[in-house]
Amino acid sequence: MLAVVSADSLRTTALHSRHASLGGRLVPFAGWEMPVQYQGVMEEHRAVRTACGVFDVSHMGQVSVSGPQALELLQRLTSNDVSKIPVGGAQYGLLCTEDGGVLDDLFTYRLGEDSYLTVTNASNHATDFEQFLSVGEGFPGATVFDCADDYAMIAVQGPSARGIVAAAADEELPGEDGVEILCDPSDAVTVWDALIEAGAVPCGLGSRDTLRIEAGYHLYGNDLSVDRNPIEAGLGWACREETGFIGCEVVAEARESGTSERLVGFQLTGPGVARSECSIVGGGTVSSGTFSPTFEVGLGMAYVPAALAVAGTAIEIDVRGKLRSAEVRDRPIYRKAD
Amino acid sequence: MNDANYPEDLLYHAEHDWVRIDPDGEFATMGITWYAQDSLGEVVFFDAPEVGTMIAADDSYAEIESVKAVSEVIAPMSGEVIEVNSALESDAGVVNDDPYGEGWLVKVRLTAVEEKSGLMDSAAYEALLG
Repeated sequence: MLAVVSADSLRTTALHSRHASLGGRLVPFAGWEMPVQYQGVMEEHRAVRTACGVFDVSHMGQVSVSGPQALELLQRLTSNDVSKIPVGGAQYGLLCTEDGGVLDDLFTYRLGEDSYLTVTNASNHATDFEQFLSVGEGFPGATVFDCADDYAMIAVQGPSARGIVAAAADEELPGEDGVEILCDPSDAVTVWDALIEAGAVPCGLGSRDTLRIEAGYHLYGNDLSVDRNPIEAGLGWACREETGFIGCEVVAEARESGTSERLVGFQLTGPGVARSECSIVGGGTVSSGTFSPTFEVGLGMAYVPAALAVAGTAIEIDVRGKLRSAEVRDRPIYRKAD
Repeated sequence: MNDANYPEDLLYHAEHDWVRIDPDGEFATMGITWYAQDSLGEVVFFDAPEVGTMIAADDSYAEIESVKAVSEVIAPMSGEVIEVNSALESDAGVVNDDPYGEGWLVKVRLTAVEEKSGLMDSAAYEALLG
């Protein structure tokens, strides 16, 4: 029933020993051996929705950009307006090709006046860094470093995340229901243990995926690729064409003229689960799909022709030869109750 | 979830399926093993075959969805499906809780009982799992 993949040559994070001792089920992911779950995806998912979960995301990469031309270089590289990030702040953006395709989605932190740290996806880190270096050649006042090995990264998520991080760190925190901790790999176990001690539930990549699909967050390789531009992916809000980023002309054109397909949410109206690559009758493809632990139904995201991209539209999805009824939904399907 | 167990009264297929053959050799019950349900994680949906479907040994006859993935279910023996476990429609998680009891998948009228000689006993199956 299940393929066994050799664990040889997989990289491990600073928290590997903790994953093993906590009973994590380790699987290969983007060249890393990572926990897919500890006690179970459902339980971990619900912990994050109701309390607090903690994820090892140390497989993600980091690139630092610093110097007097750091801002200029990042404006050229990333789609968002980096000048809007206050010191200590962070911003979501995209790394695009000249054709407007998406090379990666990124979080950029402003560490100091002229100092930034950009977080990359593990599977794209090498490509991203190449792009930073080659574009960086035109900005001699910016210094680019690959510092992926310098950081462990822990994501703390859920309504009690801030309280738990505050308790673990003995420090008040502003902001949302999520905290990302970047630390020296040698400190990762101490930080992790303090968070667990404070009540956070260890969570694996399985629940990270179900949570992000319910919340309508993109996963590179599923919902984003070099073949899709940010507008059809519903990420126009993360693009500021006036900053002159690579690909901005194509993005401006797509924003102006519209795109033939658009990313929407969907929810099955009957049994079944429609996962990525399932076709939609009348055109389109599921990009991410799962069983939703919150709603206990199959749901996900799909690229559909613009005519179908209206909430409430009934669609049929071909799930390995069986047609499953579904309804187009606005993203995100899960919204936190206010 | 309970601990790993592989009852001695069952026969096992290498694709992690079990079959319990009735004493007269005419009917059998089939399901997935503890290892299979543990690997899949929480089962959320059993896409059952229709009663009357002919299933063939070593071929897929149904699908099981867990939160994480979908997996084909392989028939350990050939036969005609005479009953499917309708209790799984409302709670497929029973497959995790009780894979050899309440979590059975189908009952089959066997068409080639001699196929059982190609299956493993619990000791051989546990050896396969390593």
